Amino acid sequence: MSPRTLFEKVWDDHVVHRNGTNGPDDPSAPVVLYIDLHLLHELTSRRAFAALKERGLAVRRPGRTLGTIDHIYPTLPRGADGSLPVVEASAPATIAQMTENCRELGIPLLGEDSPLRGIVHVVGPELGATQPGMTIVCGDSHTSTQGAFGALAFGIGSSEVAEVMASQCLLQKKAKTFEVRFDGTAQPGVTAKDLILALLAQVGVDAGTGHVFEYTGSAIRALSMEGRMTICNMSIEGGARAGMIAPDDTTFEYLAGRPLAPAGADWDRSVERWRQLPSDPDARYDRSVTIDASAVEPMISFGTNPGMSMPITGAVPATTGVADPEERADLERALGYMQLEPGQALLGQPVDVVFIGSCTNSRLSDLELAARVMRDRRVAEGVRMLVVPGSQQVKRAAEEKGLDRIFRDAGAEWRESGCSMCIAMNGDQLAPGQLAVSTTNRNFEGRQGKGGRTLLASPLTAAAAAVTGVVSDPRRMTEPASAPLEVTT
Amino acid sequence: MEPFRTFDSPLIALTRANIDTDQLTPARFLKKSLPPGGYGEILLYDWRFDADGQVRPDSPIDDPARQGATVLVAGDNFGCGSSRETAVWALTEAGFRTVISTSFGDIFHTNALKNGLLPIRVDEETLERLFRVAENPENRVTVDLEETCLVLPDGARIEFPVDPFARECLLRGLDQMGYLLAIDEAIASYEEGHPLPAIQLPEPS
Repeated sequence: MSPRTLFEKVWDDHVVHRNGTNGPDDPSAPVVLYIDLHLLHELTSRRAFAALKERGLAVRRPGRTLGTIDHIYPTLPRGADGSLPVVEASAPATIAQMTENCRELGIPLLGEDSPLRGIVHVVGPELGATQPGMTIVCGDSHTSTQGAFGALAFGIGSSEVAEVMASQCLLQKKAKTFEVRFDGTAQPGVTAKDLILALLAQVGVDAGTGHVFEYTGSAIRALSMEGRMTICNMSIEGGARAGMIAPDDTTFEYLAGRPLAPAGADWDRSVERWRQLPSDPDARYDRSVTIDASAVEPMISFGTNPGMSMPITGAVPATTGVADPEERADLERALGYMQLEPGQALLGQPVDVVFIGSCTNSRLSDLELAARVMRDRRVAEGVRMLVVPGSQQVKRAAEEKGLDRIFRDAGAEWRESGCSMCIAMNGDQLAPGQLAVSTTNRNFEGRQGKGGRTLLASPLTAAAAAVTGVVSDPRRMTEPASAPLEVTT
Repeated sequence: MEPFRTFDSPLIALTRANIDTDQLTPARFLKKSLPPGGYGEILLYDWRFDADGQVRPDSPIDDPARQGATVLVAGDNFGCGSSRETAVWALTEAGFRTVISTSFGDIFHTNALKNGLLPIRVDEETLERLFRVAENPENRVTVDLEETCLVLPDGARIEFPVDPFARECLLRGLDQMGYLLAIDEAIASYEEGHPLPAIQLPEPS
């Protein structure tokens, strides 16, 4: 057999059936791909459940389906009487409907009272449901997060959610492969978030369209699983529906002992199988790009898509240098929305809100990074800081380490888990005109609230902005108590 | 799904690149399911409506000279971002049957085909040409999926690529759910060879 990439191995393992108007070998024909794990959240599953009911269909593999509640769920704590704060009138009905649908169809659900509930892309890995070599889908574009385990994980629309519910399969055209290589060693203060923003700044937001990214290189190998998830999370921001990282000992150590991971002899067999997944040495990619991780600085976005990002010490680009009139108009419009001037620096720019959370940066190590900057400091006057753990498990783990105290003592709000201000449909949102440094994945117009302005950055950079009240280089934060900002996530 | 028929229509142009699905259907409207037609009303809401909810006079979508237009032509990477299928429902409810761009977000592209909305990829030069054609509201283009070509007002024919399977499904109005259900035996046989345990959530400790 010719050498294959990680993606091709996982793909080949899941082909149920080939199809095509020009016969089964027609390369343009879609194949029927088996889905090992189908994750659901309360929003995009709504229409799919309804479609299934309309057609009188059952869920083919409820036991390979797992639901959670994250998008619309309020992150404020419950009242003294145990009741959920109603910040969105439609939330209770949506949550009740999700709960009822899952109960009726036998789908395991991390429901509103579950101590395991959380953001869908945080809980899958945390429970060990996400495993190397699997195909994983969810009605959510950030499903790419879970490719960090060497799974083929991608977001789908609601029609496809219904198809997977009914058949556990999808008709798919094979994507092309795109190697994203990060050589070298990232500098202190440079995190996984900075690496992925550096990629997007270099290749743009549509380079990966029709492709699956595979992240390789020494800087990727050096990352923890949580850092790898941050990288894969934003694959979709580069246009790639999925991003993957070959599994290695870091992956296996993370998974060992997790509740839904294999155990005993089954574990040994699984690891043996997973070790076969990395791309063969001579495997070819359709495209590739190499980035020197040692040259990457802390990054921050300045525009209205994640490709409009720059080193934090840099200047917003001048519009006069853009030759293409439509491109120039887009940049002008983006800077107009952001209320930023061409050529200006962002360092020193006053901010209104700092948000730490989302499926990009809400795991324990993200909170630890932010806490290292926040320790013994206060959130600057006039700045609102919101820290929202990615799951109830992350929340408890952070509380056991006393991180919640660091945030609370600094004057930040410490919340229940959920998508919160990343999607702004749960009560947490920016007011029109507010400028936020946010650890999320999208700086689209209005993403964090109508008229809100988002600067994407790492948890370190976000925390640095919170305590100074302005965009600040986290490498320059004086250290009152802690060690230098050696960051390996 | 309605079979896709050849039609002609004025063009509505949105020249911006990277129009994301958060713009097409802002999340704040999606907290509950909308009634039929509801998604069409929120299409590109923050670009089309001013603070008082009045249509902005410069909104291309609402140009009275192009009433009934079914063809949208937009800048590169249309429909990037979130997986929300509401972006497609909003376009179809607003009457669109075809979107033309140089590239599309992958998930948007799939969602479009599932809902009878034909995404047509053209090269940069053709896109510029279509933007120029769209400047005159009197101009109409013909979209012919049988022949996989666009016909411009000057009679020029522009062939476009379309996946044969997707074309077949669109022309016949087929939905893929039926196809997947019909190969139940193949799926069952795959499952036999690839057993996976049912998820048992751990008891709270």
